[in-house]
Amino acid sequence: MSATMDTESTYSGYSHYSGHSKKAHRQGRDRHKSPRSKDGSRSEKSVTIQAPPAEPLLGNDASRTEEGQDDNWGETTTAITGTSEHSISQEDIARISKDLEDSVGLDCKRYLGLTVAAVLGLLVFLTPVAFILLPQILWRDALEPCGTVCEGLFISVAFKLLILLIGTWALFFRQPKADIPRVFVFRALLLVLIFLFVFSYWLFYGVRILDSKDTNYQGIVQYAVSLVDALLFIHYLAIVLLELRQLQPVFAVKVVRSTDGESRYYSLGHLSIQRAALVVLENYYRDFTVYNPSLLTASKSRAAKHMAGLKVYNVDGPGNNVSGQSRAMIAAAARRRDSSHNELYYEEADHERRVRKRRARLVVAVEEAFTHIKRLQAEEEQKAPGEMMDPREAAQAIFPSMARALQKYLRTTRQQQYHSMESILQHLAFCITNNMTPKAFLERYLSAGPTLQYDRDRWFSKQWTLVSEEAVTSGLQDGVVFVLKCLDFSLVVNVKKIPFIKLSEEFIDPKSHKFVLRLQSETSV
Amino acid sequence: QSQYSVILFSFQQRIEIHKLRQGDNLILGFSIGGGIDQDPTQNPFSEDKTDKGIYVTRVTEGGPAEVAGLQIGDKIMQVNGWDMTMVTHDQARKRLTKRNEEVVRLLVTRQSLQKAVQQSMMS
Repeated sequence: MSATMDTESTYSGYSHYSGHSKKAHRQGRDRHKSPRSKDGSRSEKSVTIQAPPAEPLLGNDASRTEEGQDDNWGETTTAITGTSEHSISQEDIARISKDLEDSVGLDCKRYLGLTVAAVLGLLVFLTPVAFILLPQILWRDALEPCGTVCEGLFISVAFKLLILLIGTWALFFRQPKADIPRVFVFRALLLVLIFLFVFSYWLFYGVRILDSKDTNYQGIVQYAVSLVDALLFIHYLAIVLLELRQLQPVFAVKVVRSTDGESRYYSLGHLSIQRAALVVLENYYRDFTVYNPSLLTASKSRAAKHMAGLKVYNVDGPGNNVSGQSRAMIAAAARRRDSSHNELYYEEADHERRVRKRRARLVVAVEEAFTHIKRLQAEEEQKAPGEMMDPREAAQAIFPSMARALQKYLRTTRQQQYHSMESILQHLAFCITNNMTPKAFLERYLSAGPTLQYDRDRWFSKQWTLVSEEAVTSGLQDGVVFVLKCLDFSLVVNVKKIPFIKLSEEFIDPKSHKFVLRLQSETSV
Repeated sequence: QSQYSVILFSFQQRIEIHKLRQGDNLILGFSIGGGIDQDPTQNPFSEDKTDKGIYVTRVTEGGPAEVAGLQIGDKIMQVNGWDMTMVTHDQARKRLTKRNEEVVRLLVTRQSLQKAVQQSMMS
């Protein structure tokens, strides 16, 4: 099995500009067909390469038609034409420039915020220590000796500072997981509050203690202790405002994807619109099936055919009655006896049957393939009948028998771009290692999974824009609608309030469950 | 503005049954169902399914009840002056089968009778 050029990679317009290492790519046979725009808004360039002829499998672009070209992939190896690698469309240029300027701008803002917060935190943390140490340094001789109470307070300050440190680390020292458009209102408020608080303490300290060189050291230490206490309370306030308040679910949020109508509901608490958008997006990657543009082509072609056959002739003169024309077109289109619903019905039934047939073949092929290998127990290692293989080699050994069936199934369900041969082999090795059954191996291919399951290049959704009529830092209210847009589709989010529930109580004594028979006698007299 | 007046009719019939002696027993030749201790929803003859009165469920052919004109589905209102609208099933049976009575006079009401009178009034 030649492993030299088995870099099978699917190349789309996005991955090239993400700054990662350039993948080596070569080209398929029908290159001239590929820059056809699928959904009308971008040209999707999918270049896929094929491994050596020993295992021809995936790596076609969606423009290929079926059966006749299946077996010819072995020949498509080294042709590189100039079009895909070096041609950039207008949209790609726009995308590059947008990526560059966005990444630079937001990083600056984020780091600025982090530095300010860090400096403030350090200052705040060192303040009580400074309060205690400064009298010792500046007018040590004049100070009253520190009694037991005073020394007890030292211990108390030390431990409270330690607790504050641990609490702050737990609450605030986190990797930022998102770039958001505007600053968090509550965090900013807290920072301002802390700053004012510490400033006023320093002011008091400077005027009443430093200037007058107060000798009551115990009083000074108690002053420092009161500062630390107040800081702990501010920390408590931060927990409540930043973490606890949004835990209780108040709103039910419906998220609908604009291209295919897939929808989900989520429960959220009192959040600002931008934080709610963050939550929705985090859940989007896990819950929604991956966006597949090739599934949308059928409805678009139907729509195009529907309006294509009507033309408007203006016989009344040069008056340009645009709305009248369009109304006339709509009315005529509605009246036309259209059999496209028939086509849709039969096409869908046909497709369903084809998918099921291929699925049956695939399941049988995979089950058969899995019977060819067997796990070797430890004690059998010496007397192994054949050569011993590691999981990767075992996967490569059984892969050819199921390759064709899998490829055909993926083509029928239009998922072929999401799975490269390398990824299939890896998954197969993984399943073999973990003793999974054929059905468990197939689970990934039989139905479309969430976006996180696939390679980042196929996501179609990395840069999001929040479109909202209200300010994004305002809180969620009943009836708020905002849209999360990415380049190819958008998520429409509709917020509804969970209704106020009136729950009343009814007590039923367990002894009150009594029954009688229904009597219906008939007596003859 | 129209005014309505309500006229109540009681569609009742008096039936006199002479008991027949059969061996040691005096029989009347019909079966009863119903009573305040029974389930009124199971009664096939009553119009109002909360009616717990005594109904005639079967009339034996050629028996004294049939001869006297009792019909299946009749509701028995009184037996020899005793009220039968608020009695238990057993009390009803006892009132009908008193050994020292040879004749029972029943006051029955019948749905077909009601409907016949209504139709004749309307035409």
